[in-house]
Amino acid sequence: MILRRDHRILVQGVTGKQGSFWTRAMIDYGAAAVGGVNPRKAGTEHLGLPVFASAVEAAREAPFDVALMFIPPAMARQAALDACEAGARLLVCLTEHIPAHDVMEMLAAARANGTRIVGPNTAGLVTPGETFAGILPAFNKRVFRPGVVGVISRSGSLGTLVSLMLTQNGHGQSAVYGVGGDPIVGTTTREALEILDADPRTEAVVICGEIGGNAEEDAAEYAAGMAKPVVAFVAGRASPPGKKMGHAGAIVAGGKGDYRAKRTALEEAGVAVADVPSDIPGLLSAVTADRRAPPTRR
Amino acid sequence: MNFEEHAGKALLSARGMPVPDGRTVDSPGAAADAARALGGPCIVKAQAPTGKRGKAGGIRPADSAREARAAASEILGMTIEGHRIERLLVERRVAIAAELYAAVLTDPESRGPVVLFSTRGGMEVEEIAAAEPAAMRRIEIDIARGLTAGQASAALSGMDLHGEEDAVARFLAELYAAYRALDAELLEINPLALTDEGRLLCLDCKYALDDSSTGRQAPVAEAGAPERMTALEAEAHAAGLKYIELDGSVGVLANGAGLTMATMDAIAHYGGRPANFLEIGGEAYTKAETALTILLRNPNIRSLLVNFCGAFARTDVMAEGVVQAWRKLDPDIPVFFSIHGTGEEEAVALIERELGHRPYDLMDDAVRAAVGAAAP
Repeated sequence: MILRRDHRILVQGVTGKQGSFWTRAMIDYGAAAVGGVNPRKAGTEHLGLPVFASAVEAAREAPFDVALMFIPPAMARQAALDACEAGARLLVCLTEHIPAHDVMEMLAAARANGTRIVGPNTAGLVTPGETFAGILPAFNKRVFRPGVVGVISRSGSLGTLVSLMLTQNGHGQSAVYGVGGDPIVGTTTREALEILDADPRTEAVVICGEIGGNAEEDAAEYAAGMAKPVVAFVAGRASPPGKKMGHAGAIVAGGKGDYRAKRTALEEAGVAVADVPSDIPGLLSAVTADRRAPPTRR
Repeated sequence: MNFEEHAGKALLSARGMPVPDGRTVDSPGAAADAARALGGPCIVKAQAPTGKRGKAGGIRPADSAREARAAASEILGMTIEGHRIERLLVERRVAIAAELYAAVLTDPESRGPVVLFSTRGGMEVEEIAAAEPAAMRRIEIDIARGLTAGQASAALSGMDLHGEEDAVARFLAELYAAYRALDAELLEINPLALTDEGRLLCLDCKYALDDSSTGRQAPVAEAGAPERMTALEAEAHAAGLKYIELDGSVGVLANGAGLTMATMDAIAHYGGRPANFLEIGGEAYTKAETALTILLRNPNIRSLLVNFCGAFARTDVMAEGVVQAWRKLDPDIPVFFSIHGTGEEEAVALIERELGHRPYDLMDDAVRAAVGAAAP
């Protein structure tokens, strides 16, 4: 789903330093925050929001659509299971370094409860001009502007940079989807692409990928059948193999997940691939002009 | 985090799983003693957190203490896949009726654990899959339910297991339990021997611990093979920073894994070579000063590129760290900035005021300038 202004958001870990800072920013932006969770501060108020002992309790008092986790890795599994049990439609999990077995348990619980998890290790979701959930500077108007380009990124910082470059070149965004830098995520690049493809406000998509795994190859398979144009940049061309490049998922191992294979898969699917992020806006203008042109000119 | 064979086997043995009798030694004399104590034929195995030890000549049979000593003399000091061999595992050799393959791994595509089993052990899993795909069985596990007995026997049906189907099914259940208890990313037994006496025995063990689980598996992690790092990489690691030394001349300080990789890509695109990967994203954004101090000790750096695009990481806090480090170290190299995102106005003003540099409005201009300044 695309995050909309009327989606009610519950913030798990709302009372912490980062939880407070970003929840305040979200409220100021217009996000519909309806409550927070902290078992030790249940019954109090924080940032004008009621604080609950659990997401399950919150669901009874302050129904919500989206749970957003500001929770340290050791406690993330429990918080995610709580949100799934509470019936969250969407769970945005920002936490990095969650044990992989816990992530698999979280995803199994999400499947069982009909919850979509975005992340772990995502910077969140922004729908410019409407709402956001996470740690992206949605409020910075130089970076994010409403528009028709969907952006998918495994990295928060790179997603921010690419959004900035799009905005600087007159391309606003319909939705910015941080899918997360972990090897196992609840919403893959391909699934985010499917969501943006189905979104009537999105006219083109930019994929910011990375080396490691097969998220880009998998997304390319879907992109091949899309009518909307897709542009991609894959980070890590200059990275050495066998090293984890910051993200747990960004590693070329045993010849798998390397730059060349990703670029080839994307190009064969008709996706325009940028050499550097700054080439993205130009490629996007070119492909959108191309698609809009009458068939006789092609 | 990878484990050497002997460390992995000790963990299996502690769980009651079948491994050969063996001793870990570090000298030819100790290898001879171990062979004598074990009695009868044995095998001498190089210890390194990598496969391909056999092909490299690091695994040799020995029929006496004298032969074990000779084998140890040859293997100790070898380099296999970049690992210098300093330890050996001397094990009792047993008569084998069949070599099987069994593994449990974390599979990003099915987003759950997968059990692999084959009657064609002793080969690399990719070789088995290519040579005889029908001999490889794959079981996708629902982590909430675990490996069920029904799943295991269904997967094994039609395979010739010398009448030991039940024992193999039980073994797979034990292996899956070990994978879960040890927070494994991979737990691979290849070969899994079926002995002449009808016993299953783990002849080799490849165990990789999930890197995000080293905290809660602290006692286990102590037995893991330390990651190979340069002195500076080790120092950065201890400070909680992700730093990788490269062979170029343009130093890179950026926040976030994706942005840092993209910055390195841009440096290469404009004809330069990055000197390092170093990102101070996430919780590390307050560590710019430490990061820069480490980065600048690389003697190959001829220019520095600082590329911040703040989301969670506040650029004003990172810029303050850079200013502190710059004042303290007063480095004799040119520095080029590109700063955008959270805290941008304060960060740009700070860099202008304190260092007299005007950050570039376009990242590519900063990259080109840094590459130009590093050119010989």
